[in-house]
Amino acid sequence: MSATAVHSLWTTAAATAADPIGKIDAPKIEYGQLAPTLIIIGAAVLGILAEAFVPRRSRYYAQMFLSVVALIAAFAAVVALAAGGHGTTKAGIAAMGAIAVDGPALFLQGTILLVALVGLFTFAERRLDPEAHGNRVDSFAAQAAAVPGSESEQRAVKAGFTTTEVFPLLLFAVAGMLVFPAANDLLTLFVALEVLSLPLYLLCALARRKRLMSQEAAVKYFLLGAFASAFTLFGIALLYGYAGSMSYGTIAQVVDGTVPEVTPALAGTMGNDALLLVGSALLVMGLLFKVGAVPFHMWTPDVYQGAPTPVTGFMAAATKVAAFGALLRILYVVLPGLRWDWRPVMWGVAIVTMLAGAIVAITQTDIKRLLAYSSIAHAGFILAGVIATTPEGISSVLFYLAAYSFVTIGAFAVVTLVRDAGGEATHLSKWAGLGRRSPLVAAVFAVFLLAFAGIPLTSGFSGKFAVFKAAAEGGAAPLVVIGVISSAIAAFFYIRVIVLMFFSEPRPEGPTVAVPSPLTMTAIGVGVAVTVVLGVAPQYFLDLAGQAGVFVR
Amino acid sequence: MNPVNYLYLAALLFTIGATGVLIRRNAIVVFMCVELMLNACNLAFVAFSRLHGNLDGQIIAFFTMVVAAAEVVVGLAIIVSLFRSRHSASVDDASLMKL
Repeated sequence: MSATAVHSLWTTAAATAADPIGKIDAPKIEYGQLAPTLIIIGAAVLGILAEAFVPRRSRYYAQMFLSVVALIAAFAAVVALAAGGHGTTKAGIAAMGAIAVDGPALFLQGTILLVALVGLFTFAERRLDPEAHGNRVDSFAAQAAAVPGSESEQRAVKAGFTTTEVFPLLLFAVAGMLVFPAANDLLTLFVALEVLSLPLYLLCALARRKRLMSQEAAVKYFLLGAFASAFTLFGIALLYGYAGSMSYGTIAQVVDGTVPEVTPALAGTMGNDALLLVGSALLVMGLLFKVGAVPFHMWTPDVYQGAPTPVTGFMAAATKVAAFGALLRILYVVLPGLRWDWRPVMWGVAIVTMLAGAIVAITQTDIKRLLAYSSIAHAGFILAGVIATTPEGISSVLFYLAAYSFVTIGAFAVVTLVRDAGGEATHLSKWAGLGRRSPLVAAVFAVFLLAFAGIPLTSGFSGKFAVFKAAAEGGAAPLVVIGVISSAIAAFFYIRVIVLMFFSEPRPEGPTVAVPSPLTMTAIGVGVAVTVVLGVAPQYFLDLAGQAGVFVR
Repeated sequence: MNPVNYLYLAALLFTIGATGVLIRRNAIVVFMCVELMLNACNLAFVAFSRLHGNLDGQIIAFFTMVVAAAEVVVGLAIIVSLFRSRHSASVDDASLMKL
């Protein structure tokens, strides 16, 4: 394209009929297909308005009601879309190429919405902490802006303030997570990444107890997250430079060399492999940061430990689902032409992630950090399924994500129950003999740990089996061997916690187990139920994931 | 002028930003370096937009600015709350949690 022709793209609207700017058509938006996301965003905006106009006393109930209704309505919309065949035969691309509505997107959106609903119950729990000045309090700071330990904080506690903003923040994060795995162009991907991250940074800073630690976690998460998203954005810039387009489909065509129309500029950049390789590496790096894969896992233990435990549970479960969805789509839709380049790299990342997560977890003494390293190891197991590059790979990863997210959120919900005078008792030594003092809670936690370890008859086993089977059939047998070895290492520390709970003497000054409201009971109950059902009778859900395992392009 | 030169400049700015994030110790300065990285991305987007003769890159630059503004709001809120409770914005001082 000549310099003058290019120039005319953005100078003076000497509006002739041939002027490309004059010809921009109104975008066609498929509101029905985008309904799940739109419902959540609408409810989040209403939640912000509720913060401004609803009296303080009834805000909690209003927000709670609004969020529950929105999440259920959005889930119903996802089910309706899936039942209408949008996951299979009618899969397509909506919103002018920005959002894909296909099997994996709907499956992951459904999972995220259910996880968010369960997470919301743990957010809303108000019976664990003792009442402060006659007011029931939740896990979040009375007033986040008040300096910890200051007089203004005491005043806020005395006045019975609660941070009900957590509900809209949760909904905004969920909205980002819904778009993230469905994004079909790089701009949507980036915006969704930020929309899901920013509320999570804030939520991390809002703990009621151990506020310094919570703020520190938020700063670390924020700085590292912003650093990683800058790399993602630069990767996007380079990929855009390589392909001259943001759309996944077009970039994939350019990578394959099957693009129908080659402009002179595109012909110049297409041959530049440095743009493509560096761009995809930076983009994938940003996504690996979000899933917490080694070597981009440094933030995980600190953030999981410092954040309020309900937030940790939600974040650990839902972010992983969304980020793996986006990673799958990038690798399977945009970069299949590069798979001989990215597969060896992902092999390395998966091996290091599985081993490092499992080995470092052994040395941990804090239950939240232990679960954080366990989540790193699980990211490695899921990556093994990603590497398979077969339809079975996609569906096994979908199944694993659904199974894993409920186990995680249930496990963190149990962590909120075990408390002493300083709030949650997260040090492992305090968990000694928990099984004698409160057998039910310890037994439930043991179920979750067995699922993490991948013991048969739990969802962890079916998930791991599916992922490793797909990886082995996809030609990654050595990876499976390493995966099984690191599962064995990981099983050691899960079993150690179980032994600690059931076979050691309770300490006299040990923690007590708080009796939660039906909210947390529901969350834990759902976690156990999903863990057992997906472990005993996984076939229906495996079939569902199998049907959902085809990306639209 | 050859748009490729702008890309070199963008890469240079990005590297300066990334180096700054790694070596500076004040959370605010670290954050400013992240912003520099985002602006380097913007420059790259606009340069590529010119190179390819389509407007996508320029549209993205606007989105990046909005996202960066939102990030400033969230980031400064977090950093200021950390500063008020510790009287220090150094990322080295924030080390309650260790391996």
